[in-house]
Amino acid sequence: MMQTHPTPKPGFARKALDAVTRLTDSFSYPLRLSHYVELVNPLWATHAMQARVEQVWDETKNARTLTLKPGLNWRGFRAGQHIRLGIPVDGKHFTRTYTISSPPEREDGRFTITVKAIEGGTISHHLVRNVRVGDYLPIGLPHGDFHLPDAQPVSPLFITAGSGATPAMSMLRSMIAQERLVDTVHIHYAPHEFDVIFGKDFQQLAREHPRYAYHPVYTQQIGEPAVAGGHFSAEQLNRLCPDWQSREVYACGPQSLLAALELHFGNAGRARHLHTERFRAAFAEIPAQATGGRVSFARAGVQVDADATTSLLRVAEQAGMNPPHGCRMGICHACDTRLVSGCVRDLRTGKVHNEAGSVIQPCVCASAGDCELDL
Amino acid sequence: MNTHALPVKLTDAQIEEFGRELDAMREEVIDSRGEADRRYIVTLIRIQRSMALAGRILILASILLLPAWEHGFASTAGFWLLLALGTLSLALAKIIENMEIGHNVLHAQWDWMNDPTIQSGTWEWDHVCPSDQWMHSHNIRHHTWTNVLGKDPDIGYGLLRMSAAQRWKPFHLGQPIYALLLALLFEWGVAIQELELGKFFTKKEHIETVGPQLRRTGRKIAAQVTKDYIAWPLLGVALTLPFALAGVGPSLLTVFLAVLGAGAVACLARSLWTYLIIFCGHFPEDVHVFSKAQVENETRARWYVRQMLGSCNIGGGRLFHVLSGNLSHQIEHHLFPDLPSNRYPGLAVRVRALASRYGIPYNTGSLTRQFGTTLMKIVRLSLPGGGAAAAA
Repeated sequence: MMQTHPTPKPGFARKALDAVTRLTDSFSYPLRLSHYVELVNPLWATHAMQARVEQVWDETKNARTLTLKPGLNWRGFRAGQHIRLGIPVDGKHFTRTYTISSPPEREDGRFTITVKAIEGGTISHHLVRNVRVGDYLPIGLPHGDFHLPDAQPVSPLFITAGSGATPAMSMLRSMIAQERLVDTVHIHYAPHEFDVIFGKDFQQLAREHPRYAYHPVYTQQIGEPAVAGGHFSAEQLNRLCPDWQSREVYACGPQSLLAALELHFGNAGRARHLHTERFRAAFAEIPAQATGGRVSFARAGVQVDADATTSLLRVAEQAGMNPPHGCRMGICHACDTRLVSGCVRDLRTGKVHNEAGSVIQPCVCASAGDCELDL
Repeated sequence: MNTHALPVKLTDAQIEEFGRELDAMREEVIDSRGEADRRYIVTLIRIQRSMALAGRILILASILLLPAWEHGFASTAGFWLLLALGTLSLALAKIIENMEIGHNVLHAQWDWMNDPTIQSGTWEWDHVCPSDQWMHSHNIRHHTWTNVLGKDPDIGYGLLRMSAAQRWKPFHLGQPIYALLLALLFEWGVAIQELELGKFFTKKEHIETVGPQLRRTGRKIAAQVTKDYIAWPLLGVALTLPFALAGVGPSLLTVFLAVLGAGAVACLARSLWTYLIIFCGHFPEDVHVFSKAQVENETRARWYVRQMLGSCNIGGGRLFHVLSGNLSHQIEHHLFPDLPSNRYPGLAVRVRALASRYGIPYNTGSLTRQFGTTLMKIVRLSLPGGGAAAAA
């Protein structure tokens, strides 16, 4: 385990709790007592955190808000942060990141995430269509530095598009709950009025709070230049928010929007005041034909070029590494490792693995384009 | 062309075609793995943990029925009944944990789910042998070199002479007794085998090289022994202590021994059961063993044929297959060690039909036949010769 911060010395209570846990775990070795507590109520388990789906609510025709009740290990979060969520689809476990859309001040200890079904996205589709009240989903702790300063007052300008509205909603509701909503401007892009996640909520907030100015911009498709008055432009920004030069900007949306914003604010010398939230793609493009690529071994810090037929185990060995291995024919799983990013092809089946974080067998897989392995 | 050295009347090309058919079966299962399979293993894990917990609770509850309490429900019969039920539940939980769950999870059969809580790389089982050490000798050595003399550590576990091709030594005269001891202490035998102490005793390796491994096994053993033989009995004692101080109830020693005995019997039952199943896997009559020369330049298809000739199935009902970790489908397990075990029964029907089409022997029989012939082999091969008994 890499540790970047010195851990504070544990206090007496922590030490006592650890001692009790060690004692109770000695009854359940090699599992932990928590594995048996989980049988009674998964939310009481401490070895892994889960959340129970308490409510599902359709925001638009393809976006749904899930109200989740987290397990005992849950910790508070800052408005704008995200969590990792595990979702079993067809027996396989996938992990995706979602921004929390409710404010931390919510009093029932629950939180919400709002998921939009992406075209062709199995995972988001599953969350939007198949998850039911009472399901348990594995979750991680809240993360991310996309949040408002805790105390220092700033005048925010939110620029969001599509499901990028979720952190803005959390931040707005949080500021309102803390009774410190300052002069706020919000520009939101969506294809149509009825496609806006939280569309009604934003409008109602704008009616109730004179200091919150909401500017929805409807466009057929963000990122396509042809739509008149659609996507982001300097002229549009000047019109909707003339004082943008004096604001902290919080932007969340597709890559095309963020790129345009970075260019504009960079040119204006305000790059430091532009805060963006982007999620790394969870899976890589599959190249059209069998091609090699650049293979990176994350732990060893080694990078080499490989072809489409040499097994990654051989590639590693030829690069002077000696990763664990066994049968070299794909049966013993001694060489299994995680695909950090990119694409690999199973030489036995020709099947391509491109899901970041999935387990692959280097002795029977070759690179299919660039890839990075946890070796 | 016929360049292979396997005891089957097939040409090289026919063997390769046989291999292609098995590969196709494998692909089919891989492509159809899904939610039903996930539900199977997740449910089984939940049932197994519930049985272990119920067993422990029943064992502790049986203490309350000891006649020494002198309350209305106290009776010797009631005490023994609860204790036996608790022990049975715990023993079955331990068997399922080792066989259908542990063994198969450690074969990476469920890694495809990508579920971080059910991964071969992080799974630790309820066994004195650390799971990663066991995976090394089992997954790599035993499954790659199945029944190859001098390569497969599981041919007699370095203790028994299980093939006439193994050189007889006077030491083997005692092997019926060693086999019995191994059955009683099978869990420990497996852990010791992993350490390959032979290498150390024959001075092929220094204590420094086996040291770290020894320490890890030592820690695992300590934790296992603490749980089964110290922690739970002491919990029983702790619960009765206030009453004993007040002069009521059974003696603390009785409580300690009752809980200890129940745990020990459960562990013993698991050892005997796993021994029974595992010895039926590669030792019954008509199974084949191979020389190193026979596996020279072995193709994937020939590896398949060797796995078929070197493994034996046991017939039985659904519950029997689950309790045996589906190692009753040893042939299918050796052909496809990393496919989910709940698919073996379905595969068995097809593999058997395929084998008969190609005229490859498919060694299956009742538990009595398979274990009976194994026992006869243990006895016969304790004496020199025995070529006819193991005519492979």
